[in-house]
Amino acid sequence: MRRFTPWMLAAGLIFLWAPILLLVGYAFSGSRTAFQWGGFSLRWFAALAENERLLEAAFLSLRIAAGSATLATLVGGGIGWVLARHGRFRGRAIFGALAGAPLVLPEVVMGLALLLLFVGLNALTGWPEGRGAATVFLAHAALGAAYVAVVVQARLSALDPRLEEAAADLGATPGVVFRTVTLPLIAPSLAAGWMLAFVLSLDDVVLASFVSGPGGTTLPMWLFSQLRLGLSPEANALAAVMLGAVALTGLLGWAAWRRKWAGPNEMRGRVA
Amino acid sequence: MSALRLALWGWLGLAVALPLGIVVALSVGTGAEGVPPVRWPWEEGASLDAWRLMAEDDVVLLALWRSLVVAGTTAGLCVALAFPMALGLLRAAPRWRPLLLALVLLPFLSGFLLRVAAWIGLLRDSGWINALLIAAGLIEEPLRLLGTDLALYLGMVHAYLPFALLPLLAWFAKRDTRLEEAAADLGAGPFTVFRTVTLPLAWPAAAGAFLLVFIPAAGEFVIPELLGPPDAMLAGRAIWSEFFGTRDWPFAGALATALLLVLLIPILAQQRSGLK
Repeated sequence: MRRFTPWMLAAGLIFLWAPILLLVGYAFSGSRTAFQWGGFSLRWFAALAENERLLEAAFLSLRIAAGSATLATLVGGGIGWVLARHGRFRGRAIFGALAGAPLVLPEVVMGLALLLLFVGLNALTGWPEGRGAATVFLAHAALGAAYVAVVVQARLSALDPRLEEAAADLGATPGVVFRTVTLPLIAPSLAAGWMLAFVLSLDDVVLASFVSGPGGTTLPMWLFSQLRLGLSPEANALAAVMLGAVALTGLLGWAAWRRKWAGPNEMRGRVA
Repeated sequence: MSALRLALWGWLGLAVALPLGIVVALSVGTGAEGVPPVRWPWEEGASLDAWRLMAEDDVVLLALWRSLVVAGTTAGLCVALAFPMALGLLRAAPRWRPLLLALVLLPFLSGFLLRVAAWIGLLRDSGWINALLIAAGLIEEPLRLLGTDLALYLGMVHAYLPFALLPLLAWFAKRDTRLEEAAADLGAGPFTVFRTVTLPLAWPAAAGAFLLVFIPAAGEFVIPELLGPPDAMLAGRAIWSEFFGTRDWPFAGALATALLLVLLIPILAQQRSGLK
């Protein structure tokens, strides 16, 4: 087994990376046909920068992702807090089940359910008037909050409650305890939850397709409609840009995390 | 304190419970002309027409069944691949682990649709694999790879591997390796150690990883649509096409409710196992 697992790890990494690297590498080829290397060229990146519909969709997606991740962090943080700190209140089992439901619901079911909610609300109250960016934003916040809640609850449950008790014993009011002890301790998990919700929103095509409307075409929706027609070199270039952005963000985040929370000795022997 | 909880009850009720309730209500509504194309049960009374129609529709029942088969196969393949990968990662030299972990996780942050796009680029008639095979003189006409079950499973395993990998990594990271060392000291060969110690202990973690892949994979829409056989109906595609194509909303509602009911058992099992 000892010689078998490194090989499997290598095979798995090749399986994960080969398609992506080919896609990215091909983005720099001047030719339109696959496998035929058309010489190094940045023409597809230029085409990307001139594609207004795509740029519009990309900006909309970034705005929706940032906004819905923020709302998801506020709501999900609250849910995680209640689940970890409120003990056995009445209806806790139902509260927990509802909080976790978006994690396990199939995307199509959740998309259908949220669309019906917006249709129903519109019929009853006249709001939302039409569907578009705003409804996508709310749907993504509903999904993201569930993920943030899990992350925050796990962090709070792992915290030593004596830290908060000590602050309270020393005379801090609940508000001060929260602000000076709890919040700084759970800040990393709030940040991680925000990132998770951001990525989920930026990646989602199914929920968005259900609840969106005129003026609400997100980047994944644009890409999905492109891929249904076939692969375009612009999509390759987009992949290269996005992978570069993700790698850069990951690298910066990792460097910051290393500097702040773990010296080199602490890293040794630990995985995550 | 209670104000916060009350507000969150409101959010969960509005964003989770009410929408799901409306889906169930939709499944007992009646189809109609107009926008939205449905008469709600509180308008014209409940009707089981959509459910009856679904029970008689072999294509749709087959789609539900096929979804479970595809999800089960995907989950099995993911666990079978993730298990040795996780072990390999944890047995690597400590200074390589952060890099290996990043290499394992980075593809999953690169965008789900772009990973599907990468497989299209590899598998289509004018794609890399066909071009390579033709250049090598092995085939003359391109093989049909895109739009087959092979493409479907490649895309599914590629997309869902982290769902299996992360819980297995977390579990292996905190397991007690002394048990395996003890078995080895007592004379067990590497394979015997794996079969009698590692595997039995990891069984709950592997089952949890299986469910974490199985549940979302059962409703997957995008990968079957872009990579799988065009004529093969799966639950996610059936819901989508009933809703957007045929615009038979009550039927779509009944299908969604049926999918949820079918998935309820694995969902409850997963929540009980506590592996998230």
